[in-house]
Amino acid sequence: MGNAVELIGAHKSFGPVQAVRGVDIAIRPGEVVAMLGPNGAGKTTSINLMLGLRRPTSGSARLFGLDPADRRARSRCGVMLQESGVPSSLKVRELVELFGSYYPRPMAAHRAIAMAGLQEQAGQAAGKLSGGQRQRLYYALAVCGDPEVLFLDEPTVGMDVEARRAFLEGIREFAASGRTIILTTHYLEEADQLAERIVVIDRGVVIADATPTEIKSRVAGKRVSFQSDHPLTEADFQDLPYTSLDLHEASVRLLSNEPESVLRDLFDRGVQIRNLEVVGADLEEAFISLTSRDQQTRKEALS
Amino acid sequence: MSVASVRMDVAPAPRMLFMQIRSQLIGYVRIPAFSVTSLALPLMFWLFFGLPNAHHTMSGGISAGAYVLCSFAAYAVSSMMVFNFGIGVANARGQKTDLLQRAPPLPSWVSITANIVNALIFALTSVVLLILFAGATGGVWLNAGAYLSLIARVLLGSLPMIGLGMAIGYSAGPNAAPAITNLIYLPMAFASGLFVPAEFLPDVVQKVTVYLPLYHYGQLAWDTVGAASEPIWKAALGLLIWAVILFALAVRAYRLDQTRKFA
Repeated sequence: MGNAVELIGAHKSFGPVQAVRGVDIAIRPGEVVAMLGPNGAGKTTSINLMLGLRRPTSGSARLFGLDPADRRARSRCGVMLQESGVPSSLKVRELVELFGSYYPRPMAAHRAIAMAGLQEQAGQAAGKLSGGQRQRLYYALAVCGDPEVLFLDEPTVGMDVEARRAFLEGIREFAASGRTIILTTHYLEEADQLAERIVVIDRGVVIADATPTEIKSRVAGKRVSFQSDHPLTEADFQDLPYTSLDLHEASVRLLSNEPESVLRDLFDRGVQIRNLEVVGADLEEAFISLTSRDQQTRKEALS
Repeated sequence: MSVASVRMDVAPAPRMLFMQIRSQLIGYVRIPAFSVTSLALPLMFWLFFGLPNAHHTMSGGISAGAYVLCSFAAYAVSSMMVFNFGIGVANARGQKTDLLQRAPPLPSWVSITANIVNALIFALTSVVLLILFAGATGGVWLNAGAYLSLIARVLLGSLPMIGLGMAIGYSAGPNAAPAITNLIYLPMAFASGLFVPAEFLPDVVQKVTVYLPLYHYGQLAWDTVGAASEPIWKAALGLLIWAVILFALAVRAYRLDQTRKFA
C-alpha cells in the first residue's frame, strides 16, 4: 500500500520568512505520528501543506498519492485546525450533522459526539461552550466523516489535565481501529504517550524522525545533576561532551551521552561534587538536547 | 453487473447544499438583531413614506401607493443582498468560520450558493410581508400578475447587489463592514429615488442618478405599475453592466482573501 501522506522536499516561504525549508516526510497508513517542535518551528505550515490548505513554494505534497487539494483525497481526512471559529448560534448536534454531510460515509452524529465526550452539550449553542468543550467540538467535527487519516493541530490546547487525559484516551482508541493520526504538539509527554513515531521539527527542518525510544536512546542519553561547593560558570565546562547545560549558582543540570567522561573531567578540574544523580533523560530533555545540538552544529558550521 | 459495491469518492453535492442552506437559515433566524431588523425596516419605511401617500394619484394616473410599494420592494431586496453579503461575509472572515469550512472537503461553490439561496429566501419573505402590510394598512392591492412580475424582477435584478455585497465582505474587516456598507448603500438608494422619487432630488444629484445600479433596478420595479422613466431594455442592460463590474470586483476581493490565507 502507498503512503497516506507525503511531503517531498517541501519548502514554504511567506515573503521573506522561510517557514518550511525542505521537509521530507512519508507517513504510512495506520501510523500514529507526532510532530514536535517549539512555536514557529513550521509544524502547522507542514500540516497545511499536507492538506493542500497551503501550496508549497517548491517541492510537493501528496495525500493518498493525489494532490491534497483533490476532494477525493480530502474526503478521506478529518481535520482539527488551530484558531478556527464556529457559527456560534448553531447547536453542537447541528454542526456535527452539517459537517457529516461534507463526507461520503459519515458516522452517526451521536457517535462522533460521544467520541468527543460532548453528549451533555449536544443541544447547546456552540457559542456557549467553554474553551475545552469547543476544542472537543472541533474533534467531533474532525472525526464525524469517519476519516482514514486524522490531522490534529495542537488538539489539547485549552484543556485541563483531566479533560486532556480523557481526550488522549479517545484518540488512542480511534488510532487502535487502524486510523492514521498526525498530530502536532509541544506537550512532549503527549507525543510520548500517543505516538509510535516522532518527527522533530525546528526552524523549518526535520532534525529527528524516529520512535520515542530511539529518540531517547540516540541523543542525550543521561541527565546529570549535582551540586558543587562553589558557584560554577560555563567556563568550568568548556570542551566537555554535554549537549545542554543548566547552571544555577552551585547547582548543575546537564544532558550528555558520555556522563562518565564529563564527570571524570570535572573531578580532574577539581570541581567538588555533591548530591550526584545520573538518570536516563526523559523525552523533553531529549528534545531540548536535539534542538540545542542542532544549534551547536550550526554555530560550528558558521564559524 | 458486478457485485462490487460502488464506493462514493466524495459526498453528494445536493445533500451538502441542502444541509448548508438549512444550517445557514437556522443560524440567521437565531440572530434576531439581524433577521428581524432586515424584515422590519421596509415595513417601517412604508409607514413613514408610503402610507401618507397611499391614496394620492401621481401624474399619469398612477397610484402613489403602488409606486411607493414598488420602491420599497426594491429597497427591501437590494438592502438585504448588500447587507447580508457585505456584513455576513466580513463577519465570517472575522470570526474565522471561513477557516473551519475550508478544512473539510466542502467545495466553496456550495457555501456561496447556499448563501445566495438563503438571501433570496429572506428577500422573498421580506417582499411578501411588505406587500401584505401595504395592502392591510393602506389598501394598496395589485393584481396577481403584477405581484408576480414585481417579485420576479426585484429578485432577479438584485444580482449586481450581491456582487457589491461580496466585494465589500471580502475586502473589509468585520468592524468596518457595517459602516462601509451603509456609506455606500444608503446614499446610493437615496440618489436612485428609492426613498423619494428622483424628480424631487437636486439637479446635481439627478445628473448622477441615471447611471446608478439602483436607479436601473428601481425601473424594473416601477415598470410593473407603468411608472418607469426609462425603457425596460435600458434598465436591464444597465444592470447587466453593473453586474459585470461589481462581480469582477467581488471576484478580485475573494481571490486576494483566499491567496492571503491559502496560497
